[in-house]
Amino acid sequence: MEFAELIKTPRVDGVVLHRPFMPTVEGTLCLTGHHLILSSRQDNTEELWLLHSNIDSIEKRFLGSLGTIIVKCKDLRMIQLDIPGMEECLNIGSSIEALSTLDSVSLMYPYFYRPMFEVIEDGWNSFLPEDAFKDLEAMTDEWRLSEVNRDFRVCTTYPPLVAVPRDVDDDTLRKAAGFRHGGRFPVLSYYHKKNGMVMMRSGQPLTGTNGRRCKEDERLINATLRPGKRGYVIDTRTISVAQQAKARGGGFETEANYPQWRRIHKAIERSNVLQDSLVKLVEACNDQSHSMDRWLSKLEASNWQTHVKEILTTACLAAQCIDREGASVLVHGTEGTDSTLQVTSLAQIILDPACRTIQGFQGLVEREWLQAGHPFAQRCSMSAYSNSKPRHEAPGFLLFLDCVWQVLRQFPCSFQFTEQLLVLLFEHAYASQFGTFLGNSAAERVRLSLPEKTVSLWSWVNRPQEIDHLSNPLYEPNSLVIWPSVAPQSLLLWEGVFLRWNRSPRCQEEAHEEMVHIIEYNKELQNKVNSLRRQLAQLETQEPPLQTP
Amino acid sequence: MEHIRLPKAENVRLLNRLSPRRSCVGTLYLTATHSIYVESETQVRSETWVLHSLICRLEKQVNTSTGSPLLIHCKNFQVLHFVFPQEQDCVHIQASLQRLSQPEQYEELYCFSYKPNVDEAERKEEWSFLNLKAEYRRLGIPNSLWKSSPVNQSYKVSDTYPAELYVPESATQQVIVGSSKFRSRGRFPTLSYYCKDNQAAICRSSQPLSGFSARCLEDEQLLEAIRRSNPRSDFMYVVDTRPKLNAIANRAAGKGYENEDHYSNIKFQFISIENIHVMRSSQQKMLDVCELRTPSMANFLEGLEGSGWLKHIKAVLDAGVFVAKAISEEGASVLVHCSDGWDRTAQVCSVACVLLEPYYRSLKGLMVLIEREWVSFGHKFSHRCNHLDGDSKEVSPVMDQFLECVWQLTEQFPCAFEFNERFLIAVHHHMYACQYGNFVGNNQRERLRDKTHSLWKHLWDTRGDYINPLYRTDNCQSQGVLRPSTAPYCFKFWSGLYNRFDRGMHPRQSVEDYLMAVREETVQLEEQLASHKEVRGHSVTHETILPHHFTFLAGTPQDYSGGFIASSPCQQRSPVDGLAFTPPQNQTSEADLSVGSEQESGIADVSFNSQLSEEGPGEPDPDDAAYSAA
Repeated sequence: MEFAELIKTPRVDGVVLHRPFMPTVEGTLCLTGHHLILSSRQDNTEELWLLHSNIDSIEKRFLGSLGTIIVKCKDLRMIQLDIPGMEECLNIGSSIEALSTLDSVSLMYPYFYRPMFEVIEDGWNSFLPEDAFKDLEAMTDEWRLSEVNRDFRVCTTYPPLVAVPRDVDDDTLRKAAGFRHGGRFPVLSYYHKKNGMVMMRSGQPLTGTNGRRCKEDERLINATLRPGKRGYVIDTRTISVAQQAKARGGGFETEANYPQWRRIHKAIERSNVLQDSLVKLVEACNDQSHSMDRWLSKLEASNWQTHVKEILTTACLAAQCIDREGASVLVHGTEGTDSTLQVTSLAQIILDPACRTIQGFQGLVEREWLQAGHPFAQRCSMSAYSNSKPRHEAPGFLLFLDCVWQVLRQFPCSFQFTEQLLVLLFEHAYASQFGTFLGNSAAERVRLSLPEKTVSLWSWVNRPQEIDHLSNPLYEPNSLVIWPSVAPQSLLLWEGVFLRWNRSPRCQEEAHEEMVHIIEYNKELQNKVNSLRRQLAQLETQEPPLQTP
Repeated sequence: MEHIRLPKAENVRLLNRLSPRRSCVGTLYLTATHSIYVESETQVRSETWVLHSLICRLEKQVNTSTGSPLLIHCKNFQVLHFVFPQEQDCVHIQASLQRLSQPEQYEELYCFSYKPNVDEAERKEEWSFLNLKAEYRRLGIPNSLWKSSPVNQSYKVSDTYPAELYVPESATQQVIVGSSKFRSRGRFPTLSYYCKDNQAAICRSSQPLSGFSARCLEDEQLLEAIRRSNPRSDFMYVVDTRPKLNAIANRAAGKGYENEDHYSNIKFQFISIENIHVMRSSQQKMLDVCELRTPSMANFLEGLEGSGWLKHIKAVLDAGVFVAKAISEEGASVLVHCSDGWDRTAQVCSVACVLLEPYYRSLKGLMVLIEREWVSFGHKFSHRCNHLDGDSKEVSPVMDQFLECVWQLTEQFPCAFEFNERFLIAVHHHMYACQYGNFVGNNQRERLRDKTHSLWKHLWDTRGDYINPLYRTDNCQSQGVLRPSTAPYCFKFWSGLYNRFDRGMHPRQSVEDYLMAVREETVQLEEQLASHKEVRGHSVTHETILPHHFTFLAGTPQDYSGGFIASSPCQQRSPVDGLAFTPPQNQTSEADLSVGSEQESGIADVSFNSQLSEEGPGEPDPDDAAYSAA
């Protein structure tokens, strides 16, 4: 196959592998089209199977004829390979570099991967928009599913089916799409059952410098308001950024044209700023200088925690408008594919208990990220170690997961899943054997025939053993809205991702096991007591006839 | 009572620093020991009690149109912000509290008027709950290498040392007395901890009076005797916990540190922990950061860095790790000292003990450790905690730092400690509160135990509150030596202590409480199963006891809007503005509308008919915290 020409040396013996908190392994290094494999060829020793697509960058060092390659992964792990022989080392290095930066999607591993497990439920069909809409229909008849984007012509980044107000026809939608960035006209993101308020999302309105307006757009979003009620437009950009956008044809909803809407500006940063922040944060976490001042100042300078706080605050604000103020909300930034989705998805975590279950959370990721057109392929093509100049890379999804972790930490009993699910999604968004995160939009996924040619991550996750592994033993369904604290004291660095490879996980694992043990033992006793009680009840019902003469 | 100029002030407002809409009006009563604030407009009687001995600072602010504000800063990090309608009331209350919170003699302290319903025999019994002699016996002392020395029986050799001390078997009275004359405050090297497994020992002392060249034969002999008491090692460490410069500066005053050339077989090591003055100012800077109204992440992290607090915590833990390693890995004995040997020395010796021995990670073990290393060895609690009206330069959070080091360790080793965070906070609280006699006074000689009660017995009796459900004695974390990482990123900000009263900042569901409740239920189930035979025939009315309230603490939103939604703290950014605050009954959105509207950017105001005010005042509300939506 075509990979062969990229693999200059397929195999080297006597390679020593160093991994954080694991014993070193000596063995044979093999390169295949998609994996870097190190095997000691002995039983009971763990082999390393590393996807080339997980490699963010490599560093080569030489000491005499011994070469060393430091492999820096997108999941932030760093491993070291000591390779005897300079030529072998150089060959391996350049092969890895070539194989980890393949341009063509169709050469990616998911197209070659065959599942080694039994697929119980095909994940590609697990979260279809029409199914989600059935739930909505059970609650309200004010919304309908529109097929206006059936062939992806109205909006290239929207799915074929979107939920819109019942009384707005497809023509209006088409015209409104012309007035919104990327054709992303306002669509339903979330319906709040408690009071019937909704959250919508869209791209920015294309008002431009001369204040263009669009009656259809106004009609569309006004159709979502109850009589006499006001709504909120949450613009994720600062007012000055939004003003500047006018010069490039963008803009924001002015009071004059949208009198029933109040606009609130927040300050969620744009992609390139976030990518820079991630690089700095990871650099700080790997700094071995051991000076407290340096660590804190680097942590601060990375601004990562600031971004977490801003995103979470904005999501809380959206949730507050809906739940507490009884108002509907429209969220957008510029394109409506990044900060917008962070806000709408997090607001649902806060508002909707269903999103805090394992299935519900997957559904949320599918709906608000994958279907909603977050360009995963562009955003996640490089992580924190890459040397190449970033173009469209940004850790927007990772920031979302970080925010979910913050809420999970504050409400440890309200989520059905543990942090592990969040870490897993982070890993698979950047490198995966599954096709779920390939492509940039629903349209691209269709064009790439992903459902036909690749396996869905959800097929793998939704197996009993995996669900078991991701389940939170402390979970007790909590039907309430959960309001997190966004004070700086309440937002911590996500150790599970950023310090994952810097410290041994053993102590935390032990704590988790103990937690599981306490709860399992309790359940076991409960079952025993219950079964005894049933026996007792049976005996009691049998006894009376004997007593009555 | 003669200090109370005004026993009662009415219509006093208590402002909620973080969410002004939760502020209230009430009456403030002054008693001899407590100030009691009673809210007047609630259906359920709501009281806030402030123990006078906990007050550390009274801050009278500039009058505003609504009255005279008085901020009460407490040693347990509570801050109460009162506003008095009459300036005269404010002045009287301040003057009264000033005096009441700074008694001039021990006899005025709360522990002498605190009379729980316990008879005298029981009270005496409380004090025998912890027995240091038994603790040394537990360590295997005395033995053939270490003996008890009567030399300080009447506190003549060192008035700040305990009467009961342990020294090397070969150390004669003459050597000890000689050495004590060569050490600050007579605090000669004496046993702190003995490791049964390898016979290595931690000893502690004050600095030697070496000046530039002085030496003392007896002191050298005593160190040699200590080294020999550890037959398996041919050297010992002498750890000076001060920064080298400070130690050198001390030489000019005739003090200083050990010259390696004069002592045989010692390895001398400096470990830089800063002095009490640096620590005091560092903590104050950190507290200023904690009290910011709506800090941004950058404000907070910059402030935290600027305070240097975590750097100091790391220095103390690093020092403890050094000593623990010397003992456990090199099998070498260590002599630890600083200047007087009652601050940094106590920190380092006790941190090392926690790392070395599982017993000190148990509830009772930590009590014993504090009793030995801090109380008996003369940590000047009354000076450091400012129990009496005294020199403010003597105040320093030395013991706070030890408790925080232990807390940092509990975060790294969640299964290794029998006690929980609440226990550490309780000890912290009582160190300052003076409700019990344990920490009153500066050394054993001064301590007044014949009229007061003992904290340890009280904590032990209520230990149900302090148990860590994840602790298991057979866990590998709970056994052996702890080897913590002291990389900077392993240190967290302890909001549980420093923002203790800002409840909204803390996780809304407690894993620990949840697990404790599950365990309690498990115990009941076990009992039920055990007594199954007896139960048979009766109707079993066992209900699931799981505490559902843990999962329903969702509460209310905070201010995420940065001033758009009614009654956000951002409209009241400065303390003075904070007083321009409408009475709670009018505190709905209308009152604030005009303030929040049309901010810089043409952003509309929000005329919420706020549902925020729908919550009744009696409703329990877990999160009245801050929103810093700048």
